[in-house]
Amino acid sequence: MKEPFFVLIKKELPNYPLATMDAILLSRIQFAFTVAFHYIYPPLSIGLGVVLVIMEGLYLRTGDRIYEQMTRFWIRIFALIFGIGVATGIVMEFEFGTNWAVYSRYVGDIFGSALAAEGIFAFALESGFLGILLFGWNRVSPKVHFFSTIMVALGSMFSAIWIVVANSWQQTPAGFKIEGSGLNARAVVTDFWEMVFNPSSMERLAHVLVGSLLAGSFLVLSVNAYYLLKKRHETIAKAGFKIALVVATVAGLMQLFTGHRSADGVAKNQPAKLAAFEGHYDSLAVADMYLLGWVDARKETISGISIPKGLTYLIHGDFTTPVKGLKSFAPNDRPSAVNFVFQTYHIMVSIGMALIGLTLLASFLWWRGKLFDHRWLLQVFAWSVLLPQIANQMGWYAAEVGRQPWVVYGLLRTSDALSQALRAEQVLFSLILFTVVYALLFVLFLYLLNKKIKHGPVDDAHHVEEVPLFSKRDNPIL
Amino acid sequence: METILGIDLPTWWFLVVGGVFSGYAILDGFDLGAGALHLFFKKEESRRIALNAIGPVWDGNEVWLVIGGGALFAGFPVVYATVFSAFYELFMVFLVMLILRAISIEFRSKEPMKWWRQLWDISYSFASIAIALALGLVLGNVIQGIAVDQNYTYRGTLLDFFNPYSLLVAVTTLALFMMHGAIYLVMKTENRLYAKLTILVKNTTIFFVLMFALTSVVTLLFVPHMVARYKEIPYMFGVPLLAIVATANITRQISARRYRWAFVSSTLVTASLMLLVAVGLYPNIMLSTLDARFHLTVFNGASSPKTLKTLLLIAAIGVPLVATYTAFVFWTFRGKVHLDDSSY
Repeated sequence: MKEPFFVLIKKELPNYPLATMDAILLSRIQFAFTVAFHYIYPPLSIGLGVVLVIMEGLYLRTGDRIYEQMTRFWIRIFALIFGIGVATGIVMEFEFGTNWAVYSRYVGDIFGSALAAEGIFAFALESGFLGILLFGWNRVSPKVHFFSTIMVALGSMFSAIWIVVANSWQQTPAGFKIEGSGLNARAVVTDFWEMVFNPSSMERLAHVLVGSLLAGSFLVLSVNAYYLLKKRHETIAKAGFKIALVVATVAGLMQLFTGHRSADGVAKNQPAKLAAFEGHYDSLAVADMYLLGWVDARKETISGISIPKGLTYLIHGDFTTPVKGLKSFAPNDRPSAVNFVFQTYHIMVSIGMALIGLTLLASFLWWRGKLFDHRWLLQVFAWSVLLPQIANQMGWYAAEVGRQPWVVYGLLRTSDALSQALRAEQVLFSLILFTVVYALLFVLFLYLLNKKIKHGPVDDAHHVEEVPLFSKRDNPIL
Repeated sequence: METILGIDLPTWWFLVVGGVFSGYAILDGFDLGAGALHLFFKKEESRRIALNAIGPVWDGNEVWLVIGGGALFAGFPVVYATVFSAFYELFMVFLVMLILRAISIEFRSKEPMKWWRQLWDISYSFASIAIALALGLVLGNVIQGIAVDQNYTYRGTLLDFFNPYSLLVAVTTLALFMMHGAIYLVMKTENRLYAKLTILVKNTTIFFVLMFALTSVVTLLFVPHMVARYKEIPYMFGVPLLAIVATANITRQISARRYRWAFVSSTLVTASLMLLVAVGLYPNIMLSTLDARFHLTVFNGASSPKTLKTLLLIAAIGVPLVATYTAFVFWTFRGKVHLDDSSY
């Protein structure tokens, strides 16, 4: 933009680009790896939170023990997911500073307040009330417990709000001015609400939240389908399956809408990214929409199955207006991994469609009273938990790689955002550490999840914490 | 410059960040200390009780670190970026140890084999000690300053962080946490484990008093800039005085077996030591050993006044909320630990 940021850095630090090239690549790999791993968990807690509110709400309305049992069961699963989300989330918070110090200084004024708001409002709300959810069954009234469940669900959504706002600001910066230059350049908030409601934040937030609903509800569908296949806890499993199916069906259809809105936003705000999504190179040509394809980034061509003029129609609503192609952008201003962006984007869309088909089919069978008659369908649902996870991951890969070469779109290049003194071997060291520890963490997660699922939603009353009440004299803390 | 109650915005935020990190040191301090002492307990039941004493709270204690990190990033992005990139390896090891510790606590109780539990006991205790030492090492380097140049780039090496003074602060931090943790555990236990812990409390307190005295003397002799502020404003000597009085009170309460009051005192010690460092550093946060012009202060390292005001509003609403729920959780899990089938 105004300040040729990278030119100044190069003047100030002559050896910078060559000396740190590998550190950049390794840092990107490390960040991608740690954030992708982290992102397995938050969508699950957000989606599960909503399902929990419905389950416990039904329990309060009907007084049926079935709903209480399933609520207790899913709260235990929620706690496990939340715990790992916390552990891997702290890493993200540190990595901005350790690996991307220039970026952190640049966006601190903006990103920082969102992150602080996330920590103190969302995170505190969530972890605070989670204690009551887990251990408070005998200590608070059912209504207070239900209130706590709502707070936990809200808390997990609030964190999505602040994190997506911060990330959206990187995609479509707004409400700021640049102060200083070179290494001292930083974006300073001029209008807090304009920053929060930047052009892409709300549509991306909706897309992320609905994606999370899919992740959470399909976990519930999957576990209950597994129980039904094994003929265990059938009454609870059927009731739980139906609750999750409602959420999943509604979410699937909503995702059609939020997805379309997001894509429209990308077309408007980040045309180079949209062109990469669709593998569209030709400048100012009417664009086909590829359902399947392969991009040759070197030859700048795409081949595959397409709907003629489909993309033009989807974006402009007619068959004549051209769509800006990748060739309209200077090679160093547009993403280079076009095939990767194309494929991840298309996998996401395809899975989204498949999920809609699957939930509509199941809803239809439910209507006909045959929902649980087909073993194959239950088997599909038992494995279906992976689909929203993959779609969520692919969507973010497309969004973040498609934003390249910028870390803050149009303002700060990823290659200029790295901590200056960082050396490749340092990053390699930490990357290996994270790989080992995250592998261990993932094994732990699967092990504990499996154990909890095998144990099932029964015999819960015996497992409720029974802390003896002591007199004030024996109270060590207060 | 804009002020609230006569104090400018960056200084307010400095107080908030300092307060949150003090909260972290106090809260995670005792569970890290409990972890550091873990291998002193030989019997399986003792170890389980010790683990369950921190079981419901350790995760919540770590929330304060998340908030502290966010608060630093938000209000002092320049400091956050500079410090975090400078201490790269240390922080990476720190993070990995945090995760390893969580894994150990969760894994341990899931299988009954002796070797299995011993393995996770060792990794739990090792990670706790490593975290405490890493925190102390960073603190020691912050007190002394590091080689930061005009581009906020660290020009030293990893080995420079392991200087004698910082190592001393690291061991002192560990000693403080061990004492704090021992006092916490003694409140939560009964019978033979309680008896054993009364001895551990005494020993760790002696250990801490020795390290505290040694660190104080070394600081007075070799880190003059930490003393300057106190000479400038003599009533600030109240802070070290408070730390000394609170430490003395710990020994008094321990001999009287009033462990609740000993815990209050060790909390005070931790808080006053953090304040001691904050007063000594202010207005600097990260000193440069290369040139005084490169010091990062609360002023040149801060976000814009507009953001600071937003942040202060967020903190004014958020911090009391977090404090309330923390108190509530501790209240819920008050009393001696009794193992049941939901325990670790």
